[in-house]
Amino acid sequence: MPEELLKIEDLRTVFRTEAGTARAVDGVSFTVGRGETVGLVGESGCGKSVTALSIMRLVTDPPGRIEGGSILFEGRDLLGLSEKEMRKVRGNEISIIFQEPLSSLNPVFTCGEQIREAIALHQKLGRRKSKEKTIEMLRLVRMPDPEKRYSSYPHQMSGGMRQRVMIAMALSCQPKLLIADEPSTALDVSVQAQIIELLAELRVGRNMAILLITHDLAVVAQMVDRVVVMYAGAVVEESPVEELFGSPAHPYTKGLIDSLPRLGRRLERLPMIPGNVPDPLDLPEGCRFSDRCQARFEKCATEPPLFDLPGGRLARCWLCEGGDG
Amino acid sequence: MARYFAGRLGQSILLVWLVLTITFFLLHLAPGDPMARYDDPEMDPETVEMMRRQFGLDRSVPEQYARWISNFARGDFGISLRYNRPVSELLAGAVPNTLRLTVAALAVYMILGVALGVTSAAKKNSLFDRVGTLAALVVYSIPSFWLALMLIMLFSLKLGWLPSSHMQSIDALSLGALELFRNRAAHLILPAFVLGVASAAGMARYMRGSMLDELRRDYVRTARAKGLSEGTVLMKHAFRNAAIPIVTIVGLSIPFLLGGSVVTEKIFSWPGMGSLMVESIFTRDYPVILAINFIVSVMVILGNLLADLGYALLDPRIAFSGEEGER
Ligand SMILES: Nc1ncnc2c1ncn2[C@@H]1O[C@H](COP(=O)(O)OP(=O)(O)OP(=O)(O)O)[C@@H](O)[C@H]1O
Ligand code: SF4
Ligand SMILES: [Mg+2]
Repeated sequence: MPEELLKIEDLRTVFRTEAGTARAVDGVSFTVGRGETVGLVGESGCGKSVTALSIMRLVTDPPGRIEGGSILFEGRDLLGLSEKEMRKVRGNEISIIFQEPLSSLNPVFTCGEQIREAIALHQKLGRRKSKEKTIEMLRLVRMPDPEKRYSSYPHQMSGGMRQRVMIAMALSCQPKLLIADEPSTALDVSVQAQIIELLAELRVGRNMAILLITHDLAVVAQMVDRVVVMYAGAVVEESPVEELFGSPAHPYTKGLIDSLPRLGRRLERLPMIPGNVPDPLDLPEGCRFSDRCQARFEKCATEPPLFDLPGGRLARCWLCEGGDG
Repeated sequence: MARYFAGRLGQSILLVWLVLTITFFLLHLAPGDPMARYDDPEMDPETVEMMRRQFGLDRSVPEQYARWISNFARGDFGISLRYNRPVSELLAGAVPNTLRLTVAALAVYMILGVALGVTSAAKKNSLFDRVGTLAALVVYSIPSFWLALMLIMLFSLKLGWLPSSHMQSIDALSLGALELFRNRAAHLILPAFVLGVASAAGMARYMRGSMLDELRRDYVRTARAKGLSEGTVLMKHAFRNAAIPIVTIVGLSIPFLLGGSVVTEKIFSWPGMGSLMVESIFTRDYPVILAINFIVSVMVILGNLLADLGYALLDPRIAFSGEEGER
């Protein structure tokens, strides 16, 4: 495994709402190595985006709050940084791109200006230099006619172009880690593949790690080195990608893969496993997956820890106790 | 865009004509006679009758209307029935005074309103926000004449810091340019504050709401994710968007400022259109009333036109071909 870049340990993020405290991220731990691409998968509402926002310390408070754990980035705990120090990390060492490029861009500024501003801030460049650099970035993400597109407003672009703007913005300061939160989900199917290919291509030669959050297991198979599977705010399995598809260890992962249509068709949403994701306001006792699990037995009434499996794999299931899967 | 505004101008002219025509007929239908103040046994009835003829008041209302509108279209506002002087002369004195007061009030209104609103939004639910909300409500519901009297009592009578009425001191003519400016500025502070502050309270509420709406949006998260400081996120990213609906509100508030100036001018003996209007109504000085009506309508429409222009400049999504870009 490559040298550790990001190490999340026992991260806990909650939302205090009128209905109670939602434990959206409930003791999540995983690592991302330098230059490694890690996939973060799981059903809607399992806490993927909240994990991503917690790393950037962008969870809106109130109602959100990071209650515990640590996020070590190159050995420094991001949770211990001052807001000012954290601003030097954001957009510079760690960047993020979001699912919905239209709402993620400011409607009243040109796309060029929105990229330029990040470059000027972190690289301390003047207006002319930062503009040149912006056009260079637009060219890099294959924006057609980059000089002209510099002055376009978000509403004048297609969804694919807007996401290219977001990618150009995210990569403009050579981040060591890129968090991509479902970067292609909101786009036309025809454009989705282009955006994923662009990301795959851009990471080469930059030694940039990617945390790729996605619903699309086909993208996972194509892009990532390692997969972290989340369920109801917790990591339930972690595994290199071939092993995960070859022999999933956790019953939840098995369910996900079994319901994948053959021929690797791309999907908008993960296929259905019978039952519903538990409410983060009211997580079940014992194993979080127990009410939907067909293999459940007596032991499942207590919460299983993450068991170490051969080949550096981890799974949170009593069936994996003793490391035999 | 030029075509759009040309169209708007045509509409505006029609609107002004309509407002004036309605006012004209309402005035003539309302009871009261401009010559009533000559109802005096000392006065020779024949002289009054002659004046009546001279002003055209002896003719039928439609005839008067036709005469008045054709004069008006040529830019002739007629003769004041009360002062027996051209209306344009009276206005030339009053209009700039009102403009000075309204523009100063507009500045109070915008600066105070925007600053308080933005700060409240940035510090949502803080002590500042709560006290500000309450204060805005109180200020908004205070009648302006009462506020004016309280301020005069405090700053003019008790503390003696600011003059309580008129536009400048009686001895103003003997002052040097700089002294005159300071003297006039001191006279302007209280009335401009009284006229602007109630609207400022409303503006602060709108501004706060508009900022909070914007701060919830995804692009704000993107701006923060870039590493921008909270000040830049607020004042560059959120504010530029939050200001768009506010521009319209500023345009819509111009009639309220002009309306409010009637009361304010009266209290502070400010020699503007408001004072002139009140006098003219009491004495049925039709030509003056109509001319002031005309000027106020034009100002209101101009304010709205400017607001639209501002809106277009602030929001690149407005295309002016009738359709809007997708949001
Ligand atoms: N602002 C918020 N207020 C209250 N609860 C929230 C908020 N944001 C997230 N949550 C809670 O956190 C949980 C996890 O949300 P999150 O957005 O991380 O899911 P996700 O895995 O990214 O799902 P999706 O695949 O739909 O994007 C949700 O169940 C939701 O209830
Ligand atoms: S611990 Fe039990 S209930 Fe949970 S996944 Fe494993 S077998 Fe199923
Ligand atoms: Mg999400």
